[in-house]
Amino acid sequence: MTSVIRKLRDAPGYLFLGIWTLFSLFPLYFMVVSATNTSQDVLASRLLPGGELFANFVKLFAAQDLLAAMGSSFAIAAGTTVLALIVCSIAGYGFEVYHSKGKDLLMGVLLLAMMIPFAATMIPLFQVFAKLGMVNSLFAVIIPAISTPLLILLFRQSSRSFPSEILEAARMDGLNELSIFARIYVPTMRATFAAAGVITFMAAWNNFLWPRVILIKNEVQTMPMLIVNLSAGYVTDYGVLMLAVLLASLPAVVVFLVLQRSFANGIVGAIK
Amino acid sequence: MDRRRNLTGWAFLLPASILIVLVSFVPMIQAFILSLQTGRGTRLEFADPLWYNYQRLWSDEIFKQTLGNTFVYLLIQVPIMLVLAMVLANLLNNPRLKAKAFWRTAIFLPAAVALVSYSLVFRTMFATDGFVNDALAVFGVAPINWLGEPETARVVIILGLLWRWTGYNMIFFLAGLQNIDRSTLEAARIDGANSFQTFWHVTVPQLRPMIVLTAILSTNGTLQLFDESWALTRGGPAYATMTMSHYLYEISFQRNPNFGYGAALSYVILLLVAVFAFIQLRVGDKRD
Repeated sequence: MTSVIRKLRDAPGYLFLGIWTLFSLFPLYFMVVSATNTSQDVLASRLLPGGELFANFVKLFAAQDLLAAMGSSFAIAAGTTVLALIVCSIAGYGFEVYHSKGKDLLMGVLLLAMMIPFAATMIPLFQVFAKLGMVNSLFAVIIPAISTPLLILLFRQSSRSFPSEILEAARMDGLNELSIFARIYVPTMRATFAAAGVITFMAAWNNFLWPRVILIKNEVQTMPMLIVNLSAGYVTDYGVLMLAVLLASLPAVVVFLVLQRSFANGIVGAIK
Repeated sequence: MDRRRNLTGWAFLLPASILIVLVSFVPMIQAFILSLQTGRGTRLEFADPLWYNYQRLWSDEIFKQTLGNTFVYLLIQVPIMLVLAMVLANLLNNPRLKAKAFWRTAIFLPAAVALVSYSLVFRTMFATDGFVNDALAVFGVAPINWLGEPETARVVIILGLLWRWTGYNMIFFLAGLQNIDRSTLEAARIDGANSFQTFWHVTVPQLRPMIVLTAILSTNGTLQLFDESWALTRGGPAYATMTMSHYLYEISFQRNPNFGYGAALSYVILLLVAVFAFIQLRVGDKRD
């Protein structure tokens, strides 16, 4: 009896969860299904998979240099992630393990950078990279994203759980400070690296504004830029567009599904 | 030995710190200097009066429109989203809930999708001859020109933002709920509080740090909106949905680029971010 009442009490909750889940998943379903249909079918709201996937691929390849954009996006996302993990992990470790008044003060100043909107740095950054002849260079996309206060904070917080006994023991064994970091800290902090890696990869993969500013040549573009260009023509082929959008979303979504926990820990973890 | 270690520490954190100074603080200062200058391209000189660009913003109707648009998103979308995120987090935190991992993944999933990607999906679904109007036609609703009218275009942007960010914010509240002492909830129930009263008087106060955090993050993000304005509505119709960052891009990198004027606009965004963060931190603390 009580269990029936409980179930009834939970019913509105389940209903709300169900409605929101439908709202969450439907646009993604629409995207996937539309990638397999013709433009006319997409506009006719055909919600069943069609047989046009291959034809849409052919049209997409004819309209845009898909492989180049995929290559640029992967190079940017992978390059940013690797460099950010190296630079920020060693900094976060440094701030915590060797902490001193001066370093704490510096950390406080760096945290202020979190409140600087990208908009307020965009124009001078463009001028500097233009002066350096780096317009259209993928490095110009990567460099501003390597070091972020959020990632440093994430590594600093997790360094707190790194036992000082291990540190002392390693020093007794005669390991130098850099090898302690590289050989002991890095392997034990795998979870933090996964969290930091997944948030950096996804942010770099999905970024649009800065690549849009610094990559001017039509031949150099990322996947988000490619899909926007595809939609900007006078006549849009919605089937082809949805296929391109699907391809542009897939890598980040796959990374998310595999490392969902790490992503959640990453976005929340630094603040705790 | 200690001195040496101290130096090692500095060496460890220097690359990251120098990079942040070079890509954030230095350009921020340069942008301020730039905002006091006028001229096109690289031929810039200090304006007379120095605050000329700011004065010009004050009488720029398009800027006022984009400022207003941003505030519409801020005042309508952010509160709705945070309430929804909190409700969803509470439902997911119910120990009796089945298939928890499925619900969480499904609701969190939009946070993985690129902003321009979902913008284009929404643009397709809300096309005049698109899915949403077809679905509404079943109920006898005449086709709506969603992206062609200012009000409905703003509604589409708000729906898009809710879709993309509600699950993201829910994760913060879920983390917050896990730190709540279950015995305080039990105590409230024993005292005869119903579930809404328990939620409002026991759960919400304990979530305050997360509420402040998500409010600051969402406000910060809303003040910098760009991708949705660019890809979903293209700022239109006319300038009815354009955000400040979109206008900033137009001023700085399209047609007749004007870096000085753009920099002034970027400083308005910077100032708004700072002021809102300050207010929210203050309000968040006061209720203690």
